[in-house]
Amino acid sequence: MIDIEGVSYRIGGQDILRDVSLQMGPGGVIALVGPNGAGKSTLLSLIARLNALQSGRITVNGLPVGQVADDRLARELAILPQDLTVTIRLTVRDLVGFGRYPYHKGRPSEADDALVTQALGNFDLQDLADRVLETLSGGQRQRAFVAMAYAQDTAYLLLDEPLNNLDIAASRALMARLRALAIEKGRTVVIVLHDINYAAAYADRIIALKGGMVIADGAPKQIVTEGLLRDVFETDAKVFRVDDRSVVLV
Amino acid sequence: MRIGVSLLTLTIMALASLFVGVIDLTQAEDAEIWPLIRDSRFPRTVATLLTGASLAIAGQIMQTIARNRFVEPMTAGTGQGAALGILLAVVLVPGAPLSLQMLLASGTALCSSLGFFALTRRLPPTQPLLVPLVGLIYGGVIGAAVTYLAYQVDMLQVIEIWMNGEFSGTLRGRYELLWLAGLAALLSYLVADQFSILGLGEQVSLNLGLNYRQIVLLGLIMISVVSGLTVVTVGMIPFVGLVVPNLISRVAGDNLRRALPLTAIAGAGLVLAADLLGRLVIHPFEMPAGTVIGIVGAAMFLWLLYGSRRLAG
Ligand SMILES: Nc1ncnc2c1ncn2[C@@H]1O[C@H](COP(=O)(O)OP(=O)(O)OP(=O)(O)O)[C@@H](O)[C@H]1O
Ligand SMILES: [Mg+2]
Repeated sequence: MIDIEGVSYRIGGQDILRDVSLQMGPGGVIALVGPNGAGKSTLLSLIARLNALQSGRITVNGLPVGQVADDRLARELAILPQDLTVTIRLTVRDLVGFGRYPYHKGRPSEADDALVTQALGNFDLQDLADRVLETLSGGQRQRAFVAMAYAQDTAYLLLDEPLNNLDIAASRALMARLRALAIEKGRTVVIVLHDINYAAAYADRIIALKGGMVIADGAPKQIVTEGLLRDVFETDAKVFRVDDRSVVLV
Repeated sequence: MRIGVSLLTLTIMALASLFVGVIDLTQAEDAEIWPLIRDSRFPRTVATLLTGASLAIAGQIMQTIARNRFVEPMTAGTGQGAALGILLAVVLVPGAPLSLQMLLASGTALCSSLGFFALTRRLPPTQPLLVPLVGLIYGGVIGAAVTYLAYQVDMLQVIEIWMNGEFSGTLRGRYELLWLAGLAALLSYLVADQFSILGLGEQVSLNLGLNYRQIVLLGLIMISVVSGLTVVTVGMIPFVGLVVPNLISRVAGDNLRRALPLTAIAGAGLVLAADLLGRLVIHPFEMPAGTVIGIVGAAMFLWLLYGSRRLAG
């Protein structure tokens, strides 16, 4: 379980997160939604110790974030950051291979290589495996990074807008893959999404963040309503029910 | 395969280097040959190889840490920092042994590298040319400070030796410190994966459980030790750390586990070739290897810059 207790975060006198308390998992796909600047990326970066906590407490599977050794946490939790600029020339296989680093520390075993090959296959990257990242399209590169996080093979997976640049087939395939991870292996996937329809279709739970606070939290069926879209995003969009699922008409 | 061919080329060049000099080995007395090779030609050849390999690797690691293709220790302040250290050692402790000079040189080189990274850390990544530009200015300022200090203590001529690297002084008993530089470069191969991950940025490094600060510091120490040792023994040699990693990145990518051996071989080859050339062009006089590389390296770098534009366009 990811246990967040009373986490607040300020940058330059401005409140970015205000007293956020949440429990996530174990197991399931949890969508984090909210307008630009709501604090979604900040929350994920705190859980993944990319930024240091200022107040409050976060534990991942009982491990206190900020105190537990970095490499221990790296075998428990993986994060795909929102900003993925690459300045070095690496092949897709090299990149995905680094996902195994927390386990092999520079000496990959055959099992590590097998997992890398499997990750490449799962995200449809076999044909691109030996290409250099900078020669890929935006969506292909995004998939390579997701495959790296996947290869890290952790109980908790945090993905910040993984659907960026992905076409509809790749988006649906990725979401289905994440669902399968949650159901078959009991993994906890926390995913930042902007498209509410993907959240409604694939998540077990949606958490809406606005102005650094949690303002809605629940199952998609209860959460995705015209009222919520007004409250959270300040936009008037119609919501219909199709096949027992809420669909936002954009 | 690639490594095999380059190693063979390097060996042939190294053998050639043993035969080039003021004294023609084919004309020399048998009794003279062995001492000549042992005391002068062999040390000189080994010195060029060690210097080239370790400077190229230091450049590669510096570029990976800075996440910028256009920096290298000898232009971004590390080399100038080393020169400052040597000068301080010579001034403060007259007759300072080489080991003390080396220690101080590595220490000041480390301080100035830390300063460089503190300065460039906050530069916007959208402006990649700002980093080398700041580096040049920063290195220039430290270099100027060294010159000023040397002027004050009447040692301008002495610092010339460190500011422009050459190998004519690498005799037996006076080049052995370079083995340490080679060792530092070799050790960096053990943490090649960690350095490669640094190149993916702080966030990805942290995600993979890397102790980011510790590995950055390790890299900077390695760069500083190599700079300190090479400046003490042969002086500053520019461009090796810049051109070679760029060249190798083209052919082998930036996965350092694969790239570093090639970087080492190419760096050793470049410096050896420059030294050979310097010994041949105005024979029986010599042109400093640093000068030769300044010319050849600048040309190669321009070619790399424009070549990349052609590839990208
Ligand atoms: N380094 C920083 N300095 C100042 N303000 C920052 C910094 N990083 C984030 N912020 C502010 O913190 C707030 C939350 O940012 P965050 O990136 O968490 O938003 P987000 O919910 O992920 O938004 P998006 O959907 O656009 O990715 C924003 O208002 C942003 O301007
Ligand atoms: Mg964000």
